Amino acid sequence: MRSWSVRHARGLTTIYAGVEAILVKLHPLLRRIGYARLEKPVFAVEKLAKGFLFDSQSCGQCVVGSTGLSCPMNCPKKLRNGPCGGVRMNGKCEIYADIDCVWVLAWEGNKRLKSSEYPIQFVQPAIDNRLAGSSAWLREVRSKVGSVSNEI
Amino acid sequence: MKFDDEPLISGENLPIRPQHASPGRLERVLRAGGFAVTAEIAPPDSADPLEVYERAALFDGYVDAINATDGSGAHCHMSSVGMCSLLTRRGYAMVMQVSCRDRNRIAIQGDVLGAAAMGVSNILCLTGDGVQAGDHPEAKPVFDLDSMSTLNMLRGMRDDHQFLSGRQLTSPPRVFLGAAANPFAPPLDYRPLRLAKKIEAGAQFIQTQYCFDIERFRNYMDAVRDAGSHEKVFILAGVGPLASARSAEWIRNNVPGVHIPDTVVRRLRAADDQKEEGVQICVDLIQEMQEIEGVHGVHIMAFRQEHRVAEIVERSGVLGGRVPWHPGAALNN
Repeated sequence: MRSWSVRHARGLTTIYAGVEAILVKLHPLLRRIGYARLEKPVFAVEKLAKGFLFDSQSCGQCVVGSTGLSCPMNCPKKLRNGPCGGVRMNGKCEIYADIDCVWVLAWEGNKRLKSSEYPIQFVQPAIDNRLAGSSAWLREVRSKVGSVSNEI
Repeated sequence: MKFDDEPLISGENLPIRPQHASPGRLERVLRAGGFAVTAEIAPPDSADPLEVYERAALFDGYVDAINATDGSGAHCHMSSVGMCSLLTRRGYAMVMQVSCRDRNRIAIQGDVLGAAAMGVSNILCLTGDGVQAGDHPEAKPVFDLDSMSTLNMLRGMRDDHQFLSGRQLTSPPRVFLGAAANPFAPPLDYRPLRLAKKIEAGAQFIQTQYCFDIERFRNYMDAVRDAGSHEKVFILAGVGPLASARSAEWIRNNVPGVHIPDTVVRRLRAADDQKEEGVQICVDLIQEMQEIEGVHGVHIMAFRQEHRVAEIVERSGVLGGRVPWHPGAALNN
């Protein structure tokens, strides 16, 4: 499934942006219900959907938009900024010879995106380990509408 | 090699020139347009400082800086910060390697402050091999950061005078920031872009993985020049002598990220003295590297052949008569 998502990175990215736009529009409603109350159910849905589509590891600060929809937290080195120098000549992981390097997939996904600049080139900041297991969608919506961005 | 603003005490760091990041000799040589030579010191499995001094002395007069590896190949050895501490006392220009495998952001920032305080002027930020590759495969891999976020963090410490947390530093680490590059690992067409990304994250110099495939390396450098990256970063190409055809085959099958083409293995196998041929291949590669536009030096990783580095540099002639600073140099003047 992960490979399928990468192969369909372009379409999925458009759908993804659409979902995000809808969620951002729903912000007033979400705020009325209360983000804290929504955290658990939204996270459950998010985990299911992203787990199915991208093998998401639920780090809580999703970057699959930059990775051609390949979840970088599947990298055994947890690299969020591109492939290490140990990738095998056949494109498999340095550490687990039987799995595809998530960053080789990410690059394939990136090449399918229609943007002129590859989002993979954006330098991701150090991960916030506290956010693991929380909803990245809700956090993204709040940061888009300009309210508290990194609050759990 | 002496600069016109050498400090009174030989081996002390130099004044920081405008537009320079560090007081180090490596940055000076590179920014002055020199073809730089760095080499990797073999870290001892020992607590004896003499072993470190002896191993460093092998390079005296032939290298502009010495790389102290940080648990390379995920094997346990004396720490990079320990070796740097010993060798900066003698005035050596050090490149402290920092791998993300064993330490989190708290430990790395502390080590960099300590290292800079001891006179380390160059930091090479690496992801690091997985623990599976080493002698302690049961260890917990840390990977709190990656090489890019480490570069970014250290640049913030140096230029913005603050920890990653935002807390202020009273005096920043004046370090020249480096990163690694492997032109030969998939995805090959992404590698030049990855280099550009490392520059974006803060890399000022690059030391590459072993380059045995000169043709493929030239193609890589073509792409690097097309992107203009060669004007934004100093690139030191990784080289080293291979001991034999058998060892070359073992390395390419077992060491992550090392690509050795068949032509090199065949050349070794055909030689009467394979070890000599390995040295000659290394000398040839260094000379070829010097001809490639955008290559600013070489980084010699002479695993178990460190005693031949001086000879290799001498035979290559790339220093062109220049003698890099070393502790004995002070006595000769």
